[in-house]
Amino acid sequence: MILKPQLKDIKHIGHYLGKVTIGVGFMMLVPFITGLVFGEINPALDFLISAEIALLCGLILTWVCATDKELNWMQGMVVVSSSWLVAMVLSAIPLYLSGHYKSFLDSCFETMSGFTTTGLTLVQDLDHLSYSHNLWRHLGPFIGGQGIVIIALALFMKGGAGSFKMYVGEARDEKILPNVIHTARFIWLISIVYLIIGTLALGIVGMLIGLKPQNAFFHAACVFMAGFDTAGFAPQSQNILYYHSLLFEIVTIIIMVAGTFNFNLHYQLWRGNCKELGRNIETRTLLMSVMLTFFIVAIGLNKLGIYPNAMMLFRKGFFQLISGHTTTGYMTIYAQQFIQEWGDLALTGIICAMALGGCACSTAGGIKMLRVGIIFKALKQDIKRLALPERAIVAQKFHHMKTVFLEDAQARAVLLITMSYITIYVLGALIGVGCGYPVLNSLFESTSAAANVGLSCGITDASMPTILKITYIIQMWAGRLEFMSVFALFGFIVAFFRGK
Amino acid sequence: MMKVHSSRFIVHSILFFLALYTMLCTPCHGFSQSISSAELINNVKQYDGKVVVYEGEIIGDVMLRGEYAWINVNDNKNAIGIWIKKELIKDILYTGSYKSRGDIVEIAGKFNRSCVEHGGDLDIHAQSIIKISSGSKISYAVNTKTINLALGLSCMILLFYLLRARYLKTAG
Repeated sequence: MILKPQLKDIKHIGHYLGKVTIGVGFMMLVPFITGLVFGEINPALDFLISAEIALLCGLILTWVCATDKELNWMQGMVVVSSSWLVAMVLSAIPLYLSGHYKSFLDSCFETMSGFTTTGLTLVQDLDHLSYSHNLWRHLGPFIGGQGIVIIALALFMKGGAGSFKMYVGEARDEKILPNVIHTARFIWLISIVYLIIGTLALGIVGMLIGLKPQNAFFHAACVFMAGFDTAGFAPQSQNILYYHSLLFEIVTIIIMVAGTFNFNLHYQLWRGNCKELGRNIETRTLLMSVMLTFFIVAIGLNKLGIYPNAMMLFRKGFFQLISGHTTTGYMTIYAQQFIQEWGDLALTGIICAMALGGCACSTAGGIKMLRVGIIFKALKQDIKRLALPERAIVAQKFHHMKTVFLEDAQARAVLLITMSYITIYVLGALIGVGCGYPVLNSLFESTSAAANVGLSCGITDASMPTILKITYIIQMWAGRLEFMSVFALFGFIVAFFRGK
Repeated sequence: MMKVHSSRFIVHSILFFLALYTMLCTPCHGFSQSISSAELINNVKQYDGKVVVYEGEIIGDVMLRGEYAWINVNDNKNAIGIWIKKELIKDILYTGSYKSRGDIVEIAGKFNRSCVEHGGDLDIHAQSIIKISSGSKISYAVNTKTINLALGLSCMILLFYLLRARYLKTAG
């Protein structure tokens, strides 16, 4: 029998949802101030009214649904998944008011793409977008990458069991510090310190390559936020190709790789434990996977002879591969070139890299290196079991911050999430094919959306069918939250209508 | 004989005026028919290494690199990077951004599918440039409806706070 949610469940969810909404409202004050600084009055007003709407909704929700009780697992998961939807709609208001989106759905697509650190875009005439709207596009990944709920946790909430449930619901099952609020604050500390360093580095490079100082630092901040948070948005329509600079690309690669590392690994490095980098299962798997997928891409590109020398092949191929593998989605080629020039083999290499993704507990998407590593360890364990006598006890260990024995339950959980990812990649591709796009193109775009990558082969466009826009929004949302809280929300809705 | 001459003269005159009309009234005063960015990107093999004519608005920054510069030219569909001699862009006054419309230029240059000089970028190495029209600053009128809405919402938030404070006071 399914139990119908009670009024107190809805009140609890509404209260915490209100807190997250207030957080989103406060974040909109950043582009509002930016608009005032740059003398962009109308864009500033767009953000003022959007922030006011968010604050008003949040205040009403927290008051009407006032509670001081802790959340249970179901409520925590529902708060997380619904927070992302509410944040998407509220954040889309200023973008829609900019006039650079053909419909409100398009601006919702953009904000979901930003929050989930995907980077697929439907913006029109990006090269004439205001500084404040552009900053909001890039602030989205910075908020969503660290976690929308993590902001609320860090700013407005007391530590407790409810906070931990929301933290887990946002696809972060690793606590860096014993207290979840301290963990949330540490994640923000890391991100802000790197933001300052990354913006300075890219800003200096920007000035060296001929950008005006104001633009150099604005672009630097935007590119850092979207790079470190593996989103792939850029302030200009040509993405990273706009800068025509090898140095800029190298710095961007470093930022993308830093962004794809586990926050726990950053913590270890901050503590001076550099050995962890070499011992960790995730970094080892990432290195192997990058080498293997780049090998596939290089063979594919070399076979077609698009790039006449090895240096060019490496510069273009490796950048796109790292961009795909870290699930960033920065591009130094045009979207159409993927399909028309790169050929099936190189494209397959990129699809594999995108599907595998970055590290767990990072801003990256995809299946994640920890899971891939565990699957291989489990496979190795099973082969050993077959080879050794039946009585032999086969223990498989792996190192992730500490040395852990692999358990069957853990391997099963990992396989379940991996299967969910593969299913969502295929389902999205089938809908793409149903809309009339070729199979490989559909699989590429679907994987890019669900793994929160943002590379495009040209399907993502304001003119694509509405059903495909909605499909990609759901894929980005479910992929970022790693399914569990999305399943919880669907379960909650079903229970609400069919429960007794 | 005279009749034949006069009819030829009439035909030639008509043809001359037609040609003159076409030259004066067509919007493009540049080199020849320009090729769109979509046409270039979708047919890279066909245009690789050839001299093409490309027209669009200069957007973003003019990035000086020694004796040359990078400009990015957008034809409303895509922007393409143009590698151009510094001396050729002296007349460029405006580049496209939120606050300005960039100069519209017509570039004649060599199209590269993957440029050997620039690490495999798809670009055009400009040989000449013509400024078709000058850009301008864009002035935006302040939207009074939005100001009213913002004020209205501010009042609502204030009212809500007062109500909440009163409720909390009475509730104890």
